[in-house]
Order: sequence, then structure tokens, then C-alpha cells
Amino acid sequence: MNPNKKRLRRSMMFLNAQKPGLIKDPYIYKPDSIMLDLEDAVATNQKDAARFSLYHALQEIDYRGVERVVRINGLDSEYWKEDVRVCVAGGCDAIRIPKTESPLDVKAVEEEVIKAEKEFNRPEGSTLIMAAIESARGVMRALDICESSERLFGIALSGGDYTKDLQTHITGTGIELMGARQNMIIAARAAGIQCFDTVYTNLDDMEGFRRDVEGIHLMGFDGKSIINPRQIDIVHEIFTPTQKDIIFAEKVVKEIDEKKALGIGVFTVDGKMIDIAFYDGAKRTINLAKASGVYKGDL
Amino acid sequence: MINAVGRDIPQEILDITGKEVFQGVHYRDGYTYKKDGPNTKCVINSNGSKLVKDIREALVKCEIKDGMTLGFHHHFREGDYIVNMVMEEVHNMGIKDITICASSLGKAHDKIVPYIEDGTITNIQSSGVRGKIGEAISTGKLKGLAIMRSHGGRVRAIESGETRIDIAFIGTPTCDDYGNCRGIGGKSDCGVLSYAMVDGDYADKVVAITDCLVPFPNFPAHISMTKVDYVVEVDAIGDPAKIATGAAKPTTDMRKLMMADYCTQFVVNSPYFKDGFSYQTGVGGASIASTISLAKIMKERNIRMKFGVGGLTKPMCDLLINDQVDCLLDTQDFDLAAVESVKNLKHFRISAGEYADPFNKGAVVNKLDFVILAALEVDVHFNCNVVVGSDGMITGAQGGHPDTAAGAKCTIVIAPLLQGRTPAICTDVTTVTTPGESIDVVITDYGIAINPARQDLIEAMKDVDLPFKTIEELRDIAYSITGEPERVQFADRVVGIIESRDGTVMDVVRQIKPFEFADEK
Repeated sequence: MNPNKKRLRRSMMFLNAQKPGLIKDPYIYKPDSIMLDLEDAVATNQKDAARFSLYHALQEIDYRGVERVVRINGLDSEYWKEDVRVCVAGGCDAIRIPKTESPLDVKAVEEEVIKAEKEFNRPEGSTLIMAAIESARGVMRALDICESSERLFGIALSGGDYTKDLQTHITGTGIELMGARQNMIIAARAAGIQCFDTVYTNLDDMEGFRRDVEGIHLMGFDGKSIINPRQIDIVHEIFTPTQKDIIFAEKVVKEIDEKKALGIGVFTVDGKMIDIAFYDGAKRTINLAKASGVYKGDL
Repeated sequence: MINAVGRDIPQEILDITGKEVFQGVHYRDGYTYKKDGPNTKCVINSNGSKLVKDIREALVKCEIKDGMTLGFHHHFREGDYIVNMVMEEVHNMGIKDITICASSLGKAHDKIVPYIEDGTITNIQSSGVRGKIGEAISTGKLKGLAIMRSHGGRVRAIESGETRIDIAFIGTPTCDDYGNCRGIGGKSDCGVLSYAMVDGDYADKVVAITDCLVPFPNFPAHISMTKVDYVVEVDAIGDPAKIATGAAKPTTDMRKLMMADYCTQFVVNSPYFKDGFSYQTGVGGASIASTISLAKIMKERNIRMKFGVGGLTKPMCDLLINDQVDCLLDTQDFDLAAVESVKNLKHFRISAGEYADPFNKGAVVNKLDFVILAALEVDVHFNCNVVVGSDGMITGAQGGHPDTAAGAKCTIVIAPLLQGRTPAICTDVTTVTTPGESIDVVITDYGIAINPARQDLIEAMKDVDLPFKTIEELRDIAYSITGEPERVQFADRVVGIIESRDGTVMDVVRQIKPFEFADEK
């Protein structure tokens, strides 16, 4: 398995792949991933220019550990196969498939990726895939999509197109997205992959954005797509365990390891009843804290 | 001759100007001299007013002739009409060989370029120039030399008699018929007349030009009738929309906000951030954002500012409104909030001389703890360039940059690592305007460099969680992104000098020439 499949992806920042000023140094804002867009942000007659710019960015710019995901054009377009070749030739970390509606979509992209990896002498399996779900059909087939490929590290909700398909619109309350979010996170967890939430486009409403991120964090999402570096700090703050959480998780892991050796199954930590069922959750907190760079302990 | 910032100043320039090369910021500390004084035509007869019909009549009465030096101020910023109005009349009268001595010139004065080309104007002395005048100088159209000097340096040059102003034209928002000028009121309100005060004191002839004539006495006068020879009323002295704009909306540009945050964190972790500190900042997005976040921390930690200096904008004036600063010392107002704030009793007008003149008995800048500045380029010696673009064209102004940098205990320069596709942090700046010995800290979006000469600041920051790097590391990151740029190619002719605030020569600016690739030579 590609070791990056389960890496930390709290924030995924969209950038127009055609804009050198945007893509030259987004790493200074420290997002976990950037999403270099060849699809909606790029005008039809600029697709080739965008690919050219993307290829050189992937080849020449040291993104200092920030994951480089590329959103290719839809499978219903004439552009996507050439997009895949450029992504793989440039050496991107992952490809995002827009408007995914079935496992066949993922398979089709995977096939092109394999061909390109051979053509450009890239290690087999080095290019990961994620699937954006943007329709009612896609949501209803989420589990099948999640289980369609070993390369697939996650699925992401695209709220704009999805709400149009549902014949509603983005309200800012999240009501219109409830079903899709719930269905997708359950499917992703069932398949053991990650799940990412849609963008929040009102940059003047940072409080609304915060509430939105808090909600999807509680639902279990791994991260959020963002459109502006101003949104990064809030996402990271909410998705990064607090020192209180980390200390408690550390105690839980250590106590369970210790008590297990003594044959004790149930005990209390800071007045809370703890048993083996807490172990995985506590380990996840520690791992997330480590990946976020806030854990300095020895676990 | 090589000066203290390593720049080779041609002997010919030293001979023409009678100047010495720059020898360090404190080279002339303790220098003793006798101040110059104006020729004064007394008004004893009590009949009549000083009002004249128009600018032309004022010029005739002032006995304008070829070769004179005319003084102007820049309080109307990019909304100024005065320079163009006066120079048009001078041109129409067929006068030649004029030296303009302005506190600054900008794009508002593009219209005088034909007068440079036809020899009406042959010398320019200014804090800097932007727009087409800059292009005219850089392409060799000015027959004489452009002298770029700081706000403090201009006062020094005039007070010491190095520059003698024959006629000063003082645009004034309100004036009475006897010449009492005030920077407030009227439709062209600019708040203060700080830069013009030295013109009032030292010019042989002083002409006040206003678009709001008020009954005598227009008191308290910012420039007194005792210094004014003639008063002219015109329809408009400037475009109010460009003189003082509404307060700039705080920036939402994350890059600027990040640099602002680094700056604030540096300030509050430095040893100078304590009750009673003093502070000056500029009008850039990062500077304004930094002032806003600094105000929050001052409140949290119950720390008051003793005085703020400026070039003022709303965030600085808000400190006064919110009782976080004892007083403001004002040389210029950049927005309507600052103009309005002048009415506050703790908001004091000061002259450019009080602000920054190195040749008086101590200026306000000497009492600054912090100054936050910007720069077009900073090099690995911490030298700054704020006047000449990386393309070799004159495109900026020194303003108070070298004055405040020299005076403040902690001088912080904020500059994005890349200005477009050009590295702002480089091996050698195109032109030195502020010497590295005055610069303590450089803050970029990629990290912060402290001048190694400030080991005390390096020590104070050793446990502070900020992205510290050496200036060479910052330069290397910039070059790793853009490549190392080839040096701009200049012709031999010197078109301007960058004067140090003490009157010595910091650098020269040469005529630009089209770039020649190596294989074309």
C-alpha cells in the first residue's frame, strides 16, 4: 500500500492550476494538501495552458511536504485522459476525479493512471486517487465507490453540484447536506478510507465557517476542502487534538497497556470508566496529534 | 570613492555637488553650523491685503526668473494640483532652468514631464518620484541632477543653506487674505502642513495658494502670516478624493496578515514592548494589520503607548480614541480618520524638522522605540532600497524611511520575499537608500531575519516560536524560486543621487538602458 494513503489531510486548498501567482508557494500557509484545479477554475480554451503550468509546477516547485492533488476534468469531457498523463508525468501525489457516480469511473481513471505510470517510468501505485461525489446517484453508491480501488484514499463531497442535483441550494445551515454527509462518512468508514467535506464559500462569514467545520469534525470527517488560506487555521485548530485530549489519550493508552498485563479489564482514568474499547480511539488521537506536530511524548 | 555601504560614488559627482561620501549614520553627530535665513521683504504699511489676482501675478511680484528654485509640499498627495498649476504658468512665462525642491512628487505631477523635456525644469530635489517623472529622470531627460533626500534630509538641506528656496508655494486648505495658513477646513482638508513649515521659515518668497479664503484671522495658524508674501485664491488646490481617502479596509490577504502577525509577535516579544513604548508604522496592508493586532495585545497586557508618530492612519488614531496612547505626533494624514483626529487635543502637529531633521538639536525619530517600514529590496547587508525599482526605474520615495530607521531602537522592515517575479531579498540592492546599519529586522512571508549586529535581539528571541532564518537563507529561498536575477544594466550617466539624511552621498542612480543579452554584446 502507498504509505501516503492514510496521511494527515485536515485541509485541502483549491488553487487554479493556471495561476502561477497562486501555485508558486501555497506551502507558506501550511495546508496539509493543495488541490491544483484543471476543471472548473480553468476556462475551456485554457485547458492546455493550465496543464503546461501544472506540469512545470509539479516538476520545479518544492512544495515542502504539502500533498499535491490535482482535480482533473470530468470523465464526460475530452480532457481528462490528457490531464491524467500530465499529472503522472509531473509526479503529483494524487488525482481527484470529479462527478464520480460509480466504481467504473474510478476504474477508468485507475486504468489511465497505470498506463501513464508505465509511460513516464513512475513507480507503480505512486499516484493515489480520490473521488468527488457530486450527485444523488454518487451518494447512493458511495460504498461501492469507496471499495472500488486500492489506490482510492478517500471520497469528498462537492456540495454545489450535489445540491443542484437535489433541487435545493447551499443555505449555510447544513440541512441540505445532512443526508449526503452522513451517508458518505459511513461509507468511507465502512471501507476504511478517508472522507472530506465540501468547501464553504462565504469568506466574510468566518463564524459560519467555524460552525460548519465543528459540525463535520463531530460527524467524523477527516478534513475539509478550502478555498482561501484564511480558512486553514480554523480547520487545523478544530481538527487538531487539544492538549487536554492528548494527555487523556496518553493516559488511556498507557493504563490499558499496563492493566492488560495485570489482567485488569475495566478501571478509571480521571474519574472516567475505561476499558479496551477506548484503546483505538485513544491511539487515533495520539496519531493525529503526532501527524499534526503537536505531540511530543513517547508513544 | 567607495562609501560606507560599499557603493562606488564617482569623483565627478562629488566634485559637482561638493558632497562627501556616506560614512556611517552617526558620522556628523555633533556637527556645528550656522543656519541659513531668508531674505525678507517687510510689510509695514497697513493698507491692503496680500491677495493677488492669480498665480501669474504672484510669480511676477516674486520676480521669478531663470534658474530659480521653487518649493512645494506633498500634503495633497496624489490629489495635488499646485505643482502643475504653478509650473504651467512658469512655462507659459518662458522661464527656464528651474529647480523644483518638493517634499515629494507623484503620479499627480505627470503633467510636468513636458516642462522637463523643454528645459523649463532642469533639476529636481524630492523625497522621490513616481510615475512619468521617474521615467523621465531614469531615461535621462532631466538636464541636471535629481537629488533624492529623506523628509529629514530636506529640512537639513534647506536649514543649512545647501538648498535655497527662492519661492515656496504652499497649498493650504484654508487661508485669510493676510496669509495665515491652516491645514484643516475647506474642501481640500489635509490635516497638517508639516512638510511646508520649513519652506515658510526659509524661502525668500512665500506664496500661499488656497481654495478656501476665510476672514482674518485664520487662527491658530499652522504657517503664520509673518512668513507669507502673497495669497492666491484658486478654484481648487487638489482633488479631495485623492488627498485623504476613507480608511482602508483591513487587508484580507493572508500573506500580508501572516507577515503582520510575525511583526506583532516580534514586537511584543522584544525588550522594548513595555508600558510607555513609542511606535511608528506605515500605510501598507501588513503595517495596518499589525497595528490592529498590536492594539489587542496592548489591551490584554495592559500596556500603553507613550506616543505614536506618523504618517497617520485610522488604526493609529483609534489608539487615541480608545485611550491606549498618550498622544500622537503628526506629520501627515493618510485618511479621513487621521484628518478628523487632528481635532483631538492629544493629537499634535509637528514640523518635518521636529520629526526627522538630523541637523537640529534632536528630532522625534531619535525617541522612537519601534518603526515598521516597507522596502522594494533588502540585501544580505540589510541595506534597503525604497526608490529605484528592480528594473532600474526611479519609482518610489525615501519619505521618512532613513530618518526613522536611523532613530528607532528597533527598525523592522516588512517585505514579501518576492515582489511579483522579482526577489525582494537579494545579494545587493539595485540602489541603497537606507543603510543596513539602521535596519534591525526583516520580516518576510517565508521567515524573519535579525541583523547579526543586533545580538541582543537575537538573544531576546531565542525561545520565541517564530520562523527565524538568516538573511542569506531568505535570499537563497528567493533565488531558488526565481533564479538569481541578472543585474539591471545602466548607462554611465548619473541622473540622480541618493542623498543620506546628513547630506553625504549614499548612492547614485544611473540612466537606464535597454537590456543586452550576453550573446548580443
